[in-house]
Amino acid sequence: MSEPNHARRLGAIWLVATLIATPLVIFVLGPVLPPGNGSEQASGHVTDNTVLMAVMTPVLLLLIVYFVYALVAFRQEPGGILEGPAIRGNARVQIAWIVVTSAIVLSLAAYGTARLLEDGAGSGGGSSPVVVPAGPKLQVQVIGQQWAFTYRYPSYGGVETPHLVLPVGQMVELHVTSLDVVHSFWAYQLGVKADANPGQDNIAFVKPTELESFSVRCSELCGLWHGYMFDHGNVVSAADFKSWIAQQRVKFAPSQKLLPPYSTTYIPEPARRAG
Amino acid sequence: MSDTEAAERAAMPTWRRLLGFNLLTAVILAIVGYYFGWWLGNQFSSSSRDYVADLDYNDVALILAYLFGVVGFLVGLGFANYPLARLIGRPPSLRAKEGRGVSRYFGLCTDHKVVGMQYLVGIGIFFFVGGVNAMLIRLELLNPTPTTIGPSQYLSLVGMHGTMMMGMMTSGILGPFANYFVPLMIGARRMAFPRIEALTFWLLMAAGFILMSTIFFGGFPTGWTGYQPLADQTVAGMDSYLCFFALVGLSMTLLGLNMLATIISLRAPGLTWSRLPIFVWAVFATSILMVLAAPMLIGTLLMAMLDRTIDTSFFVAGAGGSSFLYENLFWFFGHPEVYVLALPGFGIVLELIPVFTRKPLWGYRLAVAGMLGVSLMSFFVWQHHLFVSGINAALRPFYMLSTEIISIPTGFIFLCVMGTLWRARITLAVPMLFCLGWAFNFLIGGLSGVFLSDAPSDTDTHGSFFVMAHFHYTIMGGLIFTFFAAIYYWVPKMTGLSFNERLAKVHFWVMFIAFNSTFLPLFVLGMKGMPRRVSTYADNLQGLNVWVSVSAFVLGLSMLVFLVNLVYSLLIARNRSPHNPWRSKSLEWQTPTPVPVNNFEQIPVIESDPYDYGVPLAGNGVS
Repeated sequence: MSEPNHARRLGAIWLVATLIATPLVIFVLGPVLPPGNGSEQASGHVTDNTVLMAVMTPVLLLLIVYFVYALVAFRQEPGGILEGPAIRGNARVQIAWIVVTSAIVLSLAAYGTARLLEDGAGSGGGSSPVVVPAGPKLQVQVIGQQWAFTYRYPSYGGVETPHLVLPVGQMVELHVTSLDVVHSFWAYQLGVKADANPGQDNIAFVKPTELESFSVRCSELCGLWHGYMFDHGNVVSAADFKSWIAQQRVKFAPSQKLLPPYSTTYIPEPARRAG
Repeated sequence: MSDTEAAERAAMPTWRRLLGFNLLTAVILAIVGYYFGWWLGNQFSSSSRDYVADLDYNDVALILAYLFGVVGFLVGLGFANYPLARLIGRPPSLRAKEGRGVSRYFGLCTDHKVVGMQYLVGIGIFFFVGGVNAMLIRLELLNPTPTTIGPSQYLSLVGMHGTMMMGMMTSGILGPFANYFVPLMIGARRMAFPRIEALTFWLLMAAGFILMSTIFFGGFPTGWTGYQPLADQTVAGMDSYLCFFALVGLSMTLLGLNMLATIISLRAPGLTWSRLPIFVWAVFATSILMVLAAPMLIGTLLMAMLDRTIDTSFFVAGAGGSSFLYENLFWFFGHPEVYVLALPGFGIVLELIPVFTRKPLWGYRLAVAGMLGVSLMSFFVWQHHLFVSGINAALRPFYMLSTEIISIPTGFIFLCVMGTLWRARITLAVPMLFCLGWAFNFLIGGLSGVFLSDAPSDTDTHGSFFVMAHFHYTIMGGLIFTFFAAIYYWVPKMTGLSFNERLAKVHFWVMFIAFNSTFLPLFVLGMKGMPRRVSTYADNLQGLNVWVSVSAFVLGLSMLVFLVNLVYSLLIARNRSPHNPWRSKSLEWQTPTPVPVNNFEQIPVIESDPYDYGVPLAGNGVS
């Protein structure tokens, strides 16, 4: 019995599997991938995740098909002591592998860079972000402290509220900072994450596109009640936002006088532990 | 010691035999040193009070107590004898306790085979402790709100689990298997620095107990990363973390130096670099990382200690310090560290697969290039841990690129494994099963890493359960699976006894299925928005969390299967293993079992690499 052409068989199985799986990943799995379409940035992440998944599927299938095939086709018979062929390498296969893997990872890096530079991707971009989206922006400051976030609206008299409410369709410029230890502001449905560092301003941009409630969680371990450092925010219409912020200004007017003046960073006292 | 000496000792009464430099003395001196340090610290520093945790503590006293405790421990074991003997002009003994008997396993012994066994058992115990912590974490996560464990204890468990695993398991393969087998594989009679070899082990054991002692001082809430300024703010349990990791760093640095020196200078005649077993290459690449990265950790933790004790402010914002500084320093060590965990696994897989496929290793040079490439590249990727932190945000494209590029040399390893399987004669023995398990797990781990290396996508996954699943796939799926492959492959050589194969196969299948059933859903949980290190989560995630917890308990059970097998096979049944059960052509299997103290009667001359499979009637490369 002559040896079948393993390479051709493998290639055929892989090709069929890829042709079936990749469209499924793109068109069935893609649309349900997180974090949803709460903002332009979140929708961007869905696209990114879909692209990454689509590129990964053929790679994953190639390896799995290969390993399963090898385990089925290239077995020692039970109790056998046969030796395999003494092949020590194949320059063409090696070069092809290096070229293909390099091409894949370099194009992924290029794609990631392009997407990052498009609108900052909702990711904390430091105190002077490289990418600043054009157009008017609503500034909101996110202040992390053990164990809650508060939000300041400098363009509305610096009012500070315990809830984040954003107008829909408006580009928001979040300035994230901390009063004590490192926190991380994570608005899941909006696709935004930025670390809150003491004495540092960390800017992220987000443009909410859907009227919805979103969750905010701290995603950097910040001590005892880290797991409880969450709240909910809302994306509302422009008119609702106007009336909400007016209410907040009235409601928090008494405490506003006691707060320090608005600043993009708050450097904590080098206060040591109690004692 | 000589035979007459041994006979004399045996004739002594028990109390007399307990005197001397041994583990008992070491423990006593450790306790004495501990209380001396404690007393000394209290002389010039007053204690602080933490009103939240309701604790009194004195960082200076605790750190000095640990320091003097470790010194006492090492002196008690006899580590000071050699330098002191040299100082007073006495002829020092070049080798310590290399005689026969069980007692050499419980003290300072410079025989690399004894140290290897010590490491295997010592690390095994701490691996078990870290595993129990994981079980408790999953117990708590059965419910979306805290039930069994309070938030403080929960964070301590998370921190202890992570730190124990990341700290102790860095030596998980290099400690037991490289110490035992590198000299055998390169035809040497010992390691280059036998006393340092013993020192690395006992430092690690001292460190392990220091980490466990954190529960007496309030634990630490920072996880294994010890981020500042949280670490500066918290109670004395943090000092245990700092001392533990600094000692582990010291042990790693010394272990790496010793390996490099041994591999460079003690190779047998004819063992050129291109004939070096691939496992030795993996150890070499790992050691480079250890030597270059671990000192960074020691320095960083020293700065953190100074911040906590004498109020320097390296990491305190507003007093000239920065939390970014700590993050940079930590991850400059921390990223090479994860390759310290991954590379030895590559070596084990590449070393074992030729044996069970009866083929030479495919693409030897490519595999070496892959491992050296990973080891070099791993110094240029650390800021991908800080994509959303706001640090050097303009450099994110660079770190994205370097992180993506590191998957090219990692891909070489996969290609070599696949090439070796091509038209092979595969036997699915237990070590081979674990190697194949590695291939699947590391594939998932590597591909999920692509999401994290992509800065836009990382915005969602950073700090979530997705990351947690990713690094458990690469570390547990990569390192621990190959750790067990190495155990099943080499312990028959180390002990001369064979494992029960049926139980071993049950162990593999339960572990492999439960591992994937535990960690695959965690990717989903992370993508659904569950952060790491929390004991509370959204109600709608409970179903998946219960699934994960139950799978994790089964995973824990698979470890019990292993323990049962270990006890049954090595202590009860004691079936002798055939001399070379895997018909390996590698040099370590050509030595007699048990391996004589001096390994080789005559240093072998090497004439080929150890992968002479597939050529009928070829010699084993040893003349």
